[in-house]
Order: sequence, then C-alpha cells, then structure tokens
Amino acid sequence: MGDYPSRSANANAGGSGVTARHARPAGTGVSPSSYEEPPFGGGGGALPRKSRFSMESGFRGLSVAAGAMVLVIIVAIAVFLISKAAPALSDDTVNFLTATEWFPNETPPRFGVAALAFGTLLTSVIALLVAVPIALAIALFLSHYAPKRLATPLSFVIDLLAAVPSVVFGLWGRDLLQEPVRDFSVWLNKYFSWIPLFGGDGPFGQSILLGGVVLAIMVLPIVTSLSREVFQQTPGMNEEAALALGATKWEMIRTAVLPYGKPGVIAAVMLGLGRALGETIALAMTLGITFNISFNLIETGGNSIAANIANSFGEANETGRGALIASGLLLFAITLVVNMAARAIIYRRREFRDSTA
Amino acid sequence: MSILDRELPGVVMTPDNIRTRRLPPAVNVGVALAALVVSAAVVLGTGVGNWVLVVVVAVVLYLVGMNVTASRIEGRRAARNRMWQALIYSACVLAVLPLASVVWTLLSEGVGRLDGDFFGTSMNNIGARDPNGGAYHAIVGTLEQVGIATLMAVPLGVLGAIYLVEYGRGRFALTVRFFVDVMTGIPSIVAGLFVLAFWVLIVSPWFNDGQPRFSGFAASLALTVLMLPTIVRSTEEMLRLVPGPLREGAYALGVPQWKTILRIVLPTALPGIVTGIMLSVARAAGETAPVLLVAGGAAAINFDPFAGNQSSLALFVYQQAGDASKYAPARAWTAALTLVTIVLVLTIAAKLLARRNSLSR
Repeated sequence: MGDYPSRSANANAGGSGVTARHARPAGTGVSPSSYEEPPFGGGGGALPRKSRFSMESGFRGLSVAAGAMVLVIIVAIAVFLISKAAPALSDDTVNFLTATEWFPNETPPRFGVAALAFGTLLTSVIALLVAVPIALAIALFLSHYAPKRLATPLSFVIDLLAAVPSVVFGLWGRDLLQEPVRDFSVWLNKYFSWIPLFGGDGPFGQSILLGGVVLAIMVLPIVTSLSREVFQQTPGMNEEAALALGATKWEMIRTAVLPYGKPGVIAAVMLGLGRALGETIALAMTLGITFNISFNLIETGGNSIAANIANSFGEANETGRGALIASGLLLFAITLVVNMAARAIIYRRREFRDSTA
Repeated sequence: MSILDRELPGVVMTPDNIRTRRLPPAVNVGVALAALVVSAAVVLGTGVGNWVLVVVVAVVLYLVGMNVTASRIEGRRAARNRMWQALIYSACVLAVLPLASVVWTLLSEGVGRLDGDFFGTSMNNIGARDPNGGAYHAIVGTLEQVGIATLMAVPLGVLGAIYLVEYGRGRFALTVRFFVDVMTGIPSIVAGLFVLAFWVLIVSPWFNDGQPRFSGFAASLALTVLMLPTIVRSTEEMLRLVPGPLREGAYALGVPQWKTILRIVLPTALPGIVTGIMLSVARAAGETAPVLLVAGGAAAINFDPFAGNQSSLALFVYQQAGDASKYAPARAWTAALTLVTIVLVLTIAAKLLARRNSLSR
C-alpha cells in the first residue's frame, strides 16, 4: 500500500458523490493544501515513486482475477462433471450414446442417453417451430407496425414474460394447458391418424406436443426481444430508399429489414434453442416420462436430458448420480456448442457493423 | 412535346382517378364476417370440431378472401401487403392469449391459500389429509440462498466487468468477454450438477465426517454461477457508457486509476449496475433445478444455510405440484403467486430504475 493515506483521508471527508464534486467550480474544489502535503513517509521528489505493491497493482490484480474467474468456472464445470461421470460410464454395460434404456441404479448398471437426447432435440425443435414465426411477427409488429404508445408497454410486457420462472410455466402447462392439448390431440388423432406423427391409440395428454408448446411460450420472449432490437437497428436510409422506390410496407420489410436482420435473427433463434435445450422443470412437469425413441407427438410420453435429471435424481444411488452427471455433461457440451455458434455470429456481425459505421 | 402535355383525349384528371384505388373498410369487415359465417356453417355443420376450429378456419378464409378482393381492387402487391399485415397482427393476439391465461390462473388459483397460515408455518408434520401448511421454510430458504449468492456474485461480477472495461486489452480480454456471453446460456441444471459434483460430493465431506451434505450454501454457489455472467454483462455495458472525459479529468488531477474507478466511474454508473443486479437476482430467485439438486428440499424450517437440507419457493412449487394430496395444488399455486410477485416486483423496479438512469442510451 504505497499510496498517501492523507490524501485518501481527505477524499473520504469530501463526500463520495462525484456529481457533487464536479458541480463545484474548478479551483474551489478540493482544498489545494491536500496536494501540497509531502508524501507520507518521505521520498523526496515531486512525483510519487512507483512502489512494487501499490493499491493500483493490487486492484488491477483483483479485477483480472475476477475476469479470469469466468474461464476458470467454465473449465471447472467440464473437469468436475467429467471426473464424476467417468466412473459411472466405465461401469456402464451398454453403449452410453446409442442405448435407450435407463437403469443406472441396478447392478450391473445399464443406461444410454439416446432416447433422452432425442426427446430433448424433438421438444426443442417443436418449440422453435411454434415460437419463431410468432416471435418474428411480434418483433416486426413492435418495431414497424405498432404505434409507439402501444409498442413500449407491449415490449415491457414481453420482457416481463421472460422473467416469469419456468416452474410457473410448468405448473400452468400441467394444470391448465393439458386439457385443451388433450382435446386437440384426440381431434388430431381422429382425423389425421394416417400421419405417423399423430397416430397411436392413446392415452393422450402429457405428450411431446404439450411440452413443446409450453417450451415455445418460454422461448418466445427471448427470440422476440433480440430480433426486435435487430429490426430496430435497420438503417432508416435503407427503409426510406425502399419506400421511395414504391415498395409497399411489406416489400420494404422483405427487402430492407429482413436481410439486414438475418444474422441477428439466426443468433436469436440459436439462443432460444440453447434455452429450450436446457429447460428442466417445465418439461419435467409436462412430459409423460418414457424411455423410447418415437416420433409420435400426441401420445403420453417423451423425455429430455434435463427433465430426466430432475425426475430421477431423488432415487439415484452413486452410479445413478454419475449417470445423470454424464448425461448433464452431454447437455453442457451441446448447449456450449450452440451458444458459441450463436455468439460467434453476433460478434462477426458487430465487427461488420462497427467497421461500416 | 413532353409526356405531361400528351393527354389522352377524353380523360380528365379528377381526385378519383389520380389516386390509387383503396379498399373501403366496409369491405374488410364484410369479408371478415363472411369468413366467420362460412367457417361456422362448415365446421359446426359437419361436426368436425368446436369453436376453436371455427376461429382458425375463419382466419384462413379471411386471409384468402382479403387476398382475392384486394387483388381485384388494389392490385396483387397491395393485397400481399394486407395479408402479411393481418398475419402479423393475428400472431400478436395469439401470443397475448397464453400470457393473459397465466396471469389470470395465477390470480384466481393463487388467492385460495393467501392467508397468514401460509406465510407463518412450514410443511413440517403436514400429512396428505391436512389442508393447512405453508411456505415459511421455503421463503426463508429463498431469501438466504439468493442473498448469499448475491453477496458472492456481485463483487465478482462487478470486478470482472471493471477488468473488461478498464484494464482488459488484447486477446485474453476478448476471450473472457466471449465466454461471459457463452456462460449466460449455460442451463441451470448443469450449474446444479457442477455444484453437486464439486461442492456436495467432493468438498462438503471434508467438513462432515466424510458424508456428502446438502445445504443452502451449495444452492447459493449454483445460483452464483448463473448470476455471474448476467451481472458482468450488464455492468460492463453501464461502465462503457461512463464518459471518457470524466476519467481523464480525474487522471489530470493526479488520482490513481483504481481510485478513479472506485470513486468516479462506479458511482456514475451505479443506477445501471443496480438495475442489472436486480434483474439477475429476480432470475436467480425463480430457479428450481439447482436448488433441487444441491439443497435437496426440506419440509421443516432450517435457518442454517451451511448445514442440512433447505427448500426454496420455486422448489416448493415443484414439490407441491408433484404431491398427491388434494390440498397440494392450492399450496403450489399460492407459492407460485408469491414467487411471481417477488420476481415481477424486482423486475419492474429494476426497469423503472433504468428509466431514471441519466446514462441510458
């Protein structure tokens, strides 16, 4: 600590408000005497000597450490998950990646992640298929169609929707949405059972469809708010040029707004995908838990990696925990790849925008 | 002879023929009504479906009908413009419906158990046939876990953001920024598994005679992992908004860089930083999965976050929803209402604070 205690004491006494200090006219600010005092502990020169262990290097070191902490945490997640997953994986008597059964608590343990990974992907894809068109429409509405008086509160509400905890959506989906979805499933099954997706003979209800729709409602706000920001950044010149050439509003959006926003929209969709892949509780509450690979959307069934972790954790023994951690490791890897791809797109776009600006 | 002078004989310019022809609003309404009537007649007449199908078919018929009539009067391009506008508007209506339903259900189902008993008692010794029981233990758990997580995540996150804005140069800083962004997408269940593997299974046996121990503190660690990236990102954005001349003024007065950051930059950006922190606290309070994995859940009140199972409001909702007792759903909905109220109050307060922020773009 090679700084001057007298000076810091004076600064403390001067009140901490920056604005207050800045409000004073120059010259009558901090009393000059505090600068004329000789440095504590001597040293002689007019300039303070740079000491080896100053507050400066200490604070700098702290902040660098905090920044590096992020990298440490990501590496630590991978290391600790691998260390706990490895013993269970070596005990596994079937292929972890291709088997569909999940009996990690038996001796010998048999478990594979294929059905879970398939269910995770299927629910996420359905969620995106439902959510993305609606989200883009809302984003366009907020950025180009709605009057400002309506757009501001509506985007506020969309942001609030993003803050609602997933357990609430799960509860709502299970208690309220299940009945309509079951009726809809019965209807689909009655008229469209010739399509394999809607085949089967029941029971219906806690199906991939229900999970996918609940997931869609949760993904919607993220995709909406990110794409709305991108659409709003469309250069006004491009829009006006399109309109001046006689384009209708839709043609203006198609030729000026959508091409400009395309990378941003792709990134938003991928971030939504990342959220959908990792969603746990809402799916654990709305899916009927089964361990098979089936494209049937409306029969009770379906499962996902995250939902399975939440559901089977309670009765898992040591190998069972290891198996769940192994499946979580796979989920971590998938979401890491999806997120890194999305961020890489956003970063490239940002550099492009900054360089042209 | 210019093109303007070359008028066709017999054509006079009137307001009617120099403007493009517009579809009268009455036609719009008429098409909508006709679509609804036809759809109701077809669907209900053949008994294929109920009123939901009527609405869906009516919207499709309306879009087709509008497209046809508008093409005849206004032209093909204008018709397409109208169709997309109608689609965009109907998507918005479609999206508002689930939100309204969630809010309505929360309020109507949640008020059922909104009594003193709910906020004053725990679930200890509450059997399947007991209608009472409350969420006091869960509220205590949520407050302690989120509080400790905030105490850990805020200094770390703010310091990390200071590194990125004030000190970070070169490839390492870019890498840190990139991974902060990536880290925002880590699923909460993975954070829970990480703390399970790291703290509950490896570190906690050191303090507990070799037995792994669930605790509220473990949940705080998981929440810290989830809060850290959002705090870093929001703080970083706020620090970048602090004007450079403010820093330069301080340097010119001989103030060292660390003191400039602590006394000039941070206080200036403080409202924005607090907004970001409140948003991340709101998000952490709603997390269920990590608490389920590493705090275990409990029916009794446990004030000690470092030893023994703890519950949280979100976990309470999940567990009551899975309970077979006929009184459990009412408890679940009331707890959900409480949780949403806490989260929304935090979020709205944060947004209002952000609106008053003088630094905002």
